[in-house]
Amino acid sequence: MNATSTGPGEVISPGTPLVEISHLDKSYGAFKALEDMQFELRAGEVHVLFGENGAGKSTLIQIICGVQNYDSGEYRLFGETLTGLTPAVAHEKGVSIVFQEFSLIPEMTVEENLFLGHEITGGWRLAKSAMRAKVQSVLNRLGFKLDPAARVSTLRRAHQQMVEIAKALLWDCRVLILDEPTASLTDQEAAQLFDIIEQLRDEGLGIIYVSHRMPEITRLADRITVLRDGKYITTVNQADTSEKELVQLMTGRSFDSFFPQIARNPGETVLTFEDVTLQSGHAKNLSFSVRRGEVLGFAGLAGCGKSEVLRAAFGLEKIATGRITANGVALEKHNPRKALSSRICYFPSDRSTEGLAMHQSLTFNSTIAALDDPVFSRRKTLLNRRAERGFTEKMIDKLKIRTPGLTAKADQLSGGNKQKLMIARGLSREFDVFLFDEPTVGVDIQAKLEIYDVIKTLTEEGKAVVIASSELAEVMHMSHRVIVMREGRIVGELDGEAVTESAVLSHFFDHDNKSQAEEQHAS
Amino acid sequence: MTAIAASQQSRLGRVMKAIGILPVVLIITCILLALYEPRFLRTSNLINVLRNASFLAIISAGQMLVIIVGGFDISVGAIVALTSVSTALSMVGLSTIGIESAPLIVLLGCLAGLVPALVVGIVNGFFVSVMKISPFMVTIGTMTMAAGIAGYVTGGTPIYDMPELFTREIGRGRFLELPYIVYAAAIVLLALWYMQTQTRLGRYFYAVGGNEKASRLSGLNTRKYIWLAYILSALLAGIVGIFLTARVGSGEATLGSTLMLESISVAVIGGVALKGGVGRIQMVALSAIFLSVLSNGMSLARIDSKYHIIIIGLVIIIAVAAESYRENRRSRHV
Repeated sequence: MNATSTGPGEVISPGTPLVEISHLDKSYGAFKALEDMQFELRAGEVHVLFGENGAGKSTLIQIICGVQNYDSGEYRLFGETLTGLTPAVAHEKGVSIVFQEFSLIPEMTVEENLFLGHEITGGWRLAKSAMRAKVQSVLNRLGFKLDPAARVSTLRRAHQQMVEIAKALLWDCRVLILDEPTASLTDQEAAQLFDIIEQLRDEGLGIIYVSHRMPEITRLADRITVLRDGKYITTVNQADTSEKELVQLMTGRSFDSFFPQIARNPGETVLTFEDVTLQSGHAKNLSFSVRRGEVLGFAGLAGCGKSEVLRAAFGLEKIATGRITANGVALEKHNPRKALSSRICYFPSDRSTEGLAMHQSLTFNSTIAALDDPVFSRRKTLLNRRAERGFTEKMIDKLKIRTPGLTAKADQLSGGNKQKLMIARGLSREFDVFLFDEPTVGVDIQAKLEIYDVIKTLTEEGKAVVIASSELAEVMHMSHRVIVMREGRIVGELDGEAVTESAVLSHFFDHDNKSQAEEQHAS
Repeated sequence: MTAIAASQQSRLGRVMKAIGILPVVLIITCILLALYEPRFLRTSNLINVLRNASFLAIISAGQMLVIIVGGFDISVGAIVALTSVSTALSMVGLSTIGIESAPLIVLLGCLAGLVPALVVGIVNGFFVSVMKISPFMVTIGTMTMAAGIAGYVTGGTPIYDMPELFTREIGRGRFLELPYIVYAAAIVLLALWYMQTQTRLGRYFYAVGGNEKASRLSGLNTRKYIWLAYILSALLAGIVGIFLTARVGSGEATLGSTLMLESISVAVIGGVALKGGVGRIQMVALSAIFLSVLSNGMSLARIDSKYHIIIIGLVIIIAVAAESYRENRRSRHV
């Protein structure tokens, strides 16, 4: 490496630019992940990256730490223009990252994971006692109570997160990237983490913090860069902005014009849950009903059990007690085949593992659930290829699926078009109930609007629609009724006009916690 | 008093957890066998068991390395045959071009004999790590080719006329009562134990098999370690090939045909997880001894050899089922 570059550990005066990015482009095939991106990180600041899922935050931090390369533009790290950065080189220069998905080896111990790739050795041998001492000093500094000899697979998620953070801070680093670090932490653990982050900032580190949780941003951020749809929107000082402005910058429009107005004509009840408890324990004592002609939304934090409810309705979760009824018929020993024949359609959030056959064509994917229909096959055996093609062409047209052609493979499509392909499959036969689990995760704004339109059409045609979404604005504005869940239980149901952001949010958290948080905020 | 009992139980539990069930099963098997058939305890028989276990341990050590990095090596048996043929041909060739010194012929012959094994290992590793082809298919391909080449070169007849030093001394000679292969196995085991517990390399093998993506993010050259595992596996199979050739006294294209299945069985019974990232050489060594004792016992008891493979198959399935049971129970705890 360049001999003149400053090495890790050298003192840098606050305000010096550490990372400078300008006119950066990155695309995956036809999908533009980043377009004309700019970003600057200075020493001694916490810089929040703010944007919706799919806005390009992850791509940007992956480029900064060398996991991804970029197509064009400039990336200067510590004043040096870089090309062909690798994770190893970035680490050596002092860029550490805590990934959202864990980069730990489950079968190895805490200590082995911390040193992975950078073991201390004496000659051929591993210097185990030296490593143990260093681990202890770092854990003490961070105030983490972890056993260095514990196997990572035996730790709770929050503790695994601590290991990730300790791993990033084990070596002198000048740029620390945190990707939604509090997602699996309790409030107390999160508060501890914030103290550490502030301490590190005062030590002169540049910290990139990815999050869309408002309280964290207000507490930690010095500057905020907003991304939308892979494009740079603006960079603002935390002191000069408000939550409202940030959300508007993030979505690009006010909520009123973004979400469609869906007419509400509640009809007969088509699906009911009566005191259902799942065997997995992820959801307990669920009672609610789904009616034709309206949208029912499930809101709650990640892991609150809302996707499990949808999975249960489609027969993907085993039921311990209670009863699910569809069109007046109780579904005993529920499974996806029964759900389909009860005219229930389910769109999973993870489209690649549960949704689509990625290596098969559009036609294959759009008709696979309806091949027993006489429209598509003779005597349920011989395929009617022409009808399949006709249907797929119709759907491409109707749903505005952007594709190179009918024979294109599913994985050639962008996230939004994959979702639309799944919807096409849902339309291949007659359904009464449509279950959407995170309908717009990883989907660009344009596709999002089109998916909302499909939901609107379905509802107004008299179908029953259920949405579970972690995006609060989406559930709120798309649903006529909202059920809020917390820790596997239904904690509130809001109807029509009563669906407001503050009403939903007040159900999100325990009231005790909430008042505590407010106190902290005030002090 | 109950407190003492509880702590003792937990200590026993800890010990059981650390060493696993295999040593216990091995000891019980040996005791039962000794009671049923006193000939088991004769020195000559025990040395015989140890010799078989040594062959098995070396080849299974290589298999273990490959399984730890998340792969599979089907070609080891064919490598044994190929090495046998190439070693024999090299020695015969070296003596026909006029080299007189037997030690030199043996040394050069063994080294030359290992070259095809090295080549197969490099090819396996290349296709698996660089081309990202399923290890199963790659090694089936190289197995077929290696077996084919060995068969073609010999034309189906064994190759004799190797130096006496090789066939008599290395093949049947002993040092302090024990055959040389036992020392070879001991050296291999010690070296691998040292590597697994004391060196970076060993740790990286575990890391790559445990979570390849995370390893790459930590800056490891994951390709290199996967590749290296296949090369080491092939070379260890080659070493077994040389010793087996010395033992039978001729280069044969059919040597080691059962070793592929046996090496996988030994690794699995020794607790090497097929999902990768887990496996200790000590346990593989014990497992090799266990399997040798088992076959030896069945031979002594005059059980038809056709039943041997049935019983060994049963043991493998029990071992894998036990592993997945343990795995499920552990993940439920978390």
